[in-house]
Amino acid sequence: MTTLTAKDKDAVRTFWAKVSGKEEDIGTDAVARMLAVYPQTKTYFAHWKDLSPSSPSARKHGVTVMKGVADAVSKIDDLKGGLLTLSELHAFTLRVDPANFKILSHCLLVVLSIMFPNDFTPEAHVALDKFLAAVALALAEKYR
Amino acid sequence: MVEWTDFERATIVDIFSKMQYEVVGPAALARCLVVYPWTQRYFGNFGNLYNAAAISGNPMVAKHGTTILHGLDRAVKNMDDIKATYAELSVLHSEKLHVDPDNFKLLSDCLTIVVAAQLGKDFTGEVQAAFQKFLAVVVSALGRQYH
Repeated sequence: MTTLTAKDKDAVRTFWAKVSGKEEDIGTDAVARMLAVYPQTKTYFAHWKDLSPSSPSARKHGVTVMKGVADAVSKIDDLKGGLLTLSELHAFTLRVDPANFKILSHCLLVVLSIMFPNDFTPEAHVALDKFLAAVALALAEKYR
Repeated sequence: MVEWTDFERATIVDIFSKMQYEVVGPAALARCLVVYPWTQRYFGNFGNLYNAAAISGNPMVAKHGTTILHGLDRAVKNMDDIKATYAELSVLHSEKLHVDPDNFKLLSDCLTIVVAAQLGKDFTGEVQAAFQKFLAVVVSALGRQYH
């Protein structure tokens, strides 16, 4: 995968500034969509009492995931180093198949498209797609 | 054969009955060419595709985007046999156009994102699931005649 150019990073930071304050809504919607559109992802949450997309557990998880993404934005200049602990968590404890990172990224982009139809231009889209791919790569760093 | 629930059928018919083909088609194709620039390989004779602004303003891109989107109409009308409906188009994309079938998924992701922006809150998780299932069936049918 490609490295993020200065232009990409600028685009991500600019867009993220617009998103400020709505992170929770974005996260909960993205996780809810993931569970609805890709039911196989529910296999990771068998320990939840309620697996419906609108359950409190799903909402809480959306917030958690989004905090991670926001953190990644702040560490955009060194994703591998900055996300080391999270990578170890996903590799050794959660053991989420990395294919699912792509799935969640897609759902995030759909939510951004709905919530920010004018700001989520094709240019913003490509920068964010690259960024999320880079985050996924950093998260998979410790897998093997 | 693909099993469709009543909700899925109704959702697909509804989305396409309200579809603004001349807006969504061009936007989806342009987005695909910008977000996945290697897809430009199929449009060497489309003129200026040098940057996002040029792509979004390119009349050939717009026209082709509309054509592609209307291509989905036949699947909407024949949801119970999309495989047969697209057999000829699949051969066309393979034998004549030489399009890597992976590209169908890229375009369908961009289409999902553009339709999401159009429908806003109405593009719920359930609607998204139905729409993506429909596109996945189309993509599969288009890739079927490759050899």
